[in-house]
Amino acid sequence: MLTDRELELKSVRLRKKLLEAIYEAGAGHTGGGLSCLDILNVLYNRVLRVSPESFSDPNRDRYVQSKGHSVEALYTVLADRGYFPESKLKTICRYQSHFVGHPTRHIPGIEMNTGALGHGLSICIGMALAGKMDNAPYRVFTLLGDGELAEGSNWEAAMAAAHYELDNLTAIIDHNTLQITGRTRDVCSNEPLDEKWQAFGWTVKTVNGHNFVELSRVLNQPAEKAMPTCIIANTVKGRGVSFMEDVTKWHHGVPSEAELKQALGELDAAEAKLKEVA
Amino acid sequence: MSAPAPSMFTPAAKAKVEKLGLKMGRANLDEFAATLLELAKNDRNLIAVTSDSRGSGKLGPFGQALPKQLVEVGIAEQNLVGITAGLAACGKKSFGVSPACFLTARSLEQIKNDVCYSNVPATLVGISAGVSYGALGSTHHSLHDLAALRAINNIAIVVPADNFETREAIRAAGKAAMFDLHRPETKFEIGKAIELRNGKDVAFIATGETVVHALLAAGQLAERGLNCRVISMHTVKPLDTETVLQAGRECRAVITVEEHSVHGGLGEACAAALIQAGVNVPFRIVGIPDEETVTGAQADIFRHYGLSMEGLVACAEKLMSSIRPM
Repeated sequence: MLTDRELELKSVRLRKKLLEAIYEAGAGHTGGGLSCLDILNVLYNRVLRVSPESFSDPNRDRYVQSKGHSVEALYTVLADRGYFPESKLKTICRYQSHFVGHPTRHIPGIEMNTGALGHGLSICIGMALAGKMDNAPYRVFTLLGDGELAEGSNWEAAMAAAHYELDNLTAIIDHNTLQITGRTRDVCSNEPLDEKWQAFGWTVKTVNGHNFVELSRVLNQPAEKAMPTCIIANTVKGRGVSFMEDVTKWHHGVPSEAELKQALGELDAAEAKLKEVA
Repeated sequence: MSAPAPSMFTPAAKAKVEKLGLKMGRANLDEFAATLLELAKNDRNLIAVTSDSRGSGKLGPFGQALPKQLVEVGIAEQNLVGITAGLAACGKKSFGVSPACFLTARSLEQIKNDVCYSNVPATLVGISAGVSYGALGSTHHSLHDLAALRAINNIAIVVPADNFETREAIRAAGKAAMFDLHRPETKFEIGKAIELRNGKDVAFIATGETVVHALLAAGQLAERGLNCRVISMHTVKPLDTETVLQAGRECRAVITVEEHSVHGGLGEACAAALIQAGVNVPFRIVGIPDEETVTGAQADIFRHYGLSMEGLVACAEKLMSSIRPM
């Protein structure tokens, strides 16, 4: 098991790979990828009982990325976990590559094809129900964007998950407060999120989505009996790169060569600092 | 006293039913529900998912007999399809059951992405399709479903014509290895049309509830010296192109019949197949035209648009008279 410091160091390195991949592809969802990367890092390295070897095990934990557009972050983490060679990241968005701009099951480690918003939670309910029916030990996780919550299907699903007492289901909200048009509260406010999910019958936990200790604790905690869990992870869109942080245009902005250089420089410095402390 | 429901068949058509020896079965929904229950009793992995639709889908007995195998999601069709897909992804034989009008319009994106694109073995059952809801009006009609679904990759679309096709389609979807032959010589296979009557004048290629009307029309036309072929095209996708082309090559005219918009359904699928194979045959599509659908019961709507023995006879005679004087 990686230490907190090692996990943090890994996140910095993964951020660099993510940016390089998006730069190489000439397309991608940079801001949201950087906001959910720490969550994915913790999930795949500390929480999910799944590996490339066990991916066909019916009892594996399931992760469905409902905010499919942040796929480059998922590709980066899956490559790091050995699901496929890192060189595949260079094929993102290329002719005849399976590494398209949203997750598909053609990629080892990906459970379901997502990308249209408001789908993941319903799918996960089906998976969690199947687990309950089979008395299977697996847990089911999904990652939702906060802007994504405007899709009404999420709330259909939120009702059903509580109705079926799915304590094997965890929905994580990447609460970076920005979407493509701007601040979510200005586009169509969905706050207060915690009260909404509580009212729908979920256990709600709010954490700093960039804090490895908090994320690890909350994601590994046993669920309250007979209740699904919603984790509101407060994050910063574009996290880790000064000029990308909390800036709307980096939703799907692709760095120029100079911007990439600057971003990598900042991340190199962060990495060096972490090593120093270690 | 409430008005009696109009009959789907005129007295002449009823006489033809008797003459052809056709036996009235039970409602297709009853056949569907009974078949699903029978399969589910022997397979605890078979799960029905309903959206406050178990009454409409005649799944009340299913829910009573096997409560653990029925998932009720409330009036939430998008959620119904997503959950059905998730269940299928985890090894369940899931059947999402909801009125066709809502299932195929409201949840179209879930059908496209969660089921078809994700390639999970889920089955969706659109109940009361076409204009079955009759006088409830266009909100409850489903005349777009074949057109919408045909354009989606990785889906088989079956429109059963009778109890036999309903039962066998559900069994095929449940992949159960049972076979109770309704017509001793007939085998049901998704993607393979069933020829109900042979003939070389007009070929009726019909699907779903219109098949019986085509059969009656063929019976009527036989008395007028026309030998018509009747094909039950229960699977609209993948289309049994071979059977369509054979009909186009061997018969003097082809008429397609469907309880669907004339746009994007069986008729256009057959037309595309024929034209692309260079088969030039007099051809008509009988369906619901592109207009605000006439109001009335299902039988009224069928009769209005010629989805009836009389309408199809008239269509065939008109088409034939354009080929040669009758």
